[in-house]
Amino acid sequence: MSAPIQLRPDETFILNVGPQHPATHGVLRVKMEMDGEYIVKSETVLGYIHRMHEKMGENRTYAQYLPNLSRLDYLGALGYTHGHVLAIERAAGIEVPERAEYIRAITVELNRVASHLFWFGAFVMDLGGFSPLMYAIQDREHILDMLEAVTGARLTYCYYRFGGLYNDVDDDFIEAARRFIPRMRKSLKKYAALVTGNIIFQKRLEGIAPVSAEMCRKYGATGPVARGSGINFDVRKNEPYSVYPEFDFDIPVYHECDSMARYKVRMDEMEQSLRIIEQGLEKLPAGPIMAEKKPKNIKLPVGDFYQAVETARGSFGIRIVSDGDKNAYRLKLRSPTYSNMHLFDEACEGMLIMDALAFMGSLDLVIPEMDR
Amino acid sequence: MSLTLLNVIVAVVIAIAFAAANAAYLVWAERRGAARIQRRPGPNINGPFGLLQPPLDGIKLMTKQLMIPGGADKILFMVAPVLAMAPAIMSFVTIPFSQGIAAHNMEIGVLMIFAFASMGAMATLFAGWGSRNKYAVMASVRAVSQNVSYEIPMLITAITVVMATGSMDLKTISLAQAGGFWHWNIFPSLHSPLMPISFIIFFICSLAETNRAPFDLGEAESELVAGFHTEYGSMGFGLFFMGEYANIVVGASLTTILFLGGWDCPFGIFPGVWWFLLKIYILIATFIWIRWTFPRTTIYGLLNLSWKILIPISLFNLLLTAGLLKVF
Repeated sequence: MSAPIQLRPDETFILNVGPQHPATHGVLRVKMEMDGEYIVKSETVLGYIHRMHEKMGENRTYAQYLPNLSRLDYLGALGYTHGHVLAIERAAGIEVPERAEYIRAITVELNRVASHLFWFGAFVMDLGGFSPLMYAIQDREHILDMLEAVTGARLTYCYYRFGGLYNDVDDDFIEAARRFIPRMRKSLKKYAALVTGNIIFQKRLEGIAPVSAEMCRKYGATGPVARGSGINFDVRKNEPYSVYPEFDFDIPVYHECDSMARYKVRMDEMEQSLRIIEQGLEKLPAGPIMAEKKPKNIKLPVGDFYQAVETARGSFGIRIVSDGDKNAYRLKLRSPTYSNMHLFDEACEGMLIMDALAFMGSLDLVIPEMDR
Repeated sequence: MSLTLLNVIVAVVIAIAFAAANAAYLVWAERRGAARIQRRPGPNINGPFGLLQPPLDGIKLMTKQLMIPGGADKILFMVAPVLAMAPAIMSFVTIPFSQGIAAHNMEIGVLMIFAFASMGAMATLFAGWGSRNKYAVMASVRAVSQNVSYEIPMLITAITVVMATGSMDLKTISLAQAGGFWHWNIFPSLHSPLMPISFIIFFICSLAETNRAPFDLGEAESELVAGFHTEYGSMGFGLFFMGEYANIVVGASLTTILFLGGWDCPFGIFPGVWWFLLKIYILIATFIWIRWTFPRTTIYGLLNLSWKILIPISLFNLLLTAGLLKVF
């Protein structure tokens, strides 16, 4: 135990970042071979909180599996449940009332803003600035309160049902959402002044951790990570689903490929989500929130079904192979952070550890979603 | 003979008490200030305005067990926290709080404070190396290179002031600036027209010297867990914490004496210790404000700032002052 540490000048050492480390925001372990402060090689080790969500999907009926999806990504859970219900509805041929789809889009976008806000705070905290996290959490609190009022949960929602929603939104929700939009826009301006314009912040992000479009394609990175590298891909535009074609919104794309580009994509996405919410509240039709013709026990026809949705972290895909039974024969989840994370090992080679951990922050990792 | 000894003991006790009380209550002030910045209440449960928080924290830290990790160098591990705290307290001995309030006035007060300030880097290095923790070693190496590179511009700036006032005695330096704020060293004078820049350099350096954000690379909590004091718990950690705050007070006091006229009143009325305290607490409040606003710099950005910007400017300033002193 107490043998003296012998270091040769050419020797590298292994640094275990995690499974318990403040920068990984969860139980992720990155084994880094270090040469002083420089990373020579890095290896991501996953599986510390694997909960077999895919296997559970094969053992449970489709309806019983609903709450599982929101346990993947606790920050942007609605996007994942949205993907699941869309997949089942398309496979079973259930017609969803328009009002329900509008409410789904509004709540998903609210959830996306909440998720990006939390990421923003945590990312600046990774860089050593603590206060923006508190401001972001305060703004996020409004969203969580709104969603709590309609869904009954603050993080792990089980709001969408096959064919509609569990609960209709009330006037209070619509009023709160209307009030929230200008307040959030004001906050975004404040964040731009406080954080984006900060010289230390810019120095730490600009030109740091370049991720080429090539590398994004190689590892299957999607979402803000890919859009920060100049890949104009967003499932909401490229493979439209739900009522997204009805909305007028832009996909922010940056070509700088650095950490700053990924930061800017997310900050711009919040504004775009606000636009969608605004239009959704404007156009929200009256009507039922639940499909009238819906089988009690859903059984999918024999076949192979896939549905992709754009969540806060990228493109989330759910593939269901059905043998006609009331539960899936095989269920595969394609979670965006899992692919985004695997960039890290290649991209961080030769980087300083502090830049690498800032880069890890810019990937917006949610560990339970990776280790599902 | 015994009276002198008594004097020394009283002075030392007062210095320790002042340093410890400041360290304890600056933690409270920092937490309250941070809470105010972040729109949350902060510690407000224990006592009025949470004022009992620091003694309770102290009791908690003191009743905890001091764990020495297996494989650690026991002697270095135990010595490091003491080394962090002791020099800071020693520095208080020579600081004149007002004309008559100084534990021991020395003719080389500036030199003594800088000598003790350099020992802080040693504590960091011992703590990092003694803990046998890779994060701690990396952090202490960072902190030492940071301390070394920031001491140089800080010393050069201090030398500029010493040259302009012609004394290394802190009391004489303060007295030289007496009689209203326009006499203070922070404002440009005939001999040293670049004094405001010197003040800014000195202020940045004292931020870096005390390992405060945005230069808190030695304890970058998001990268290096807790930096050089990762393995410390109990009062070992407590001493590091108190040492940091004591160093802040020393840094603020030195800035006040060298640049802001010491205990001098800006308008020439009632000069005294209250003005000195007011000035150092304004400086400390600025330290706190900066810490909770800015993100952390990178290590290379930090070293570049020192070697490429601060050192050339302060050297130029030194030469200019020396030349002007010779001419006029």
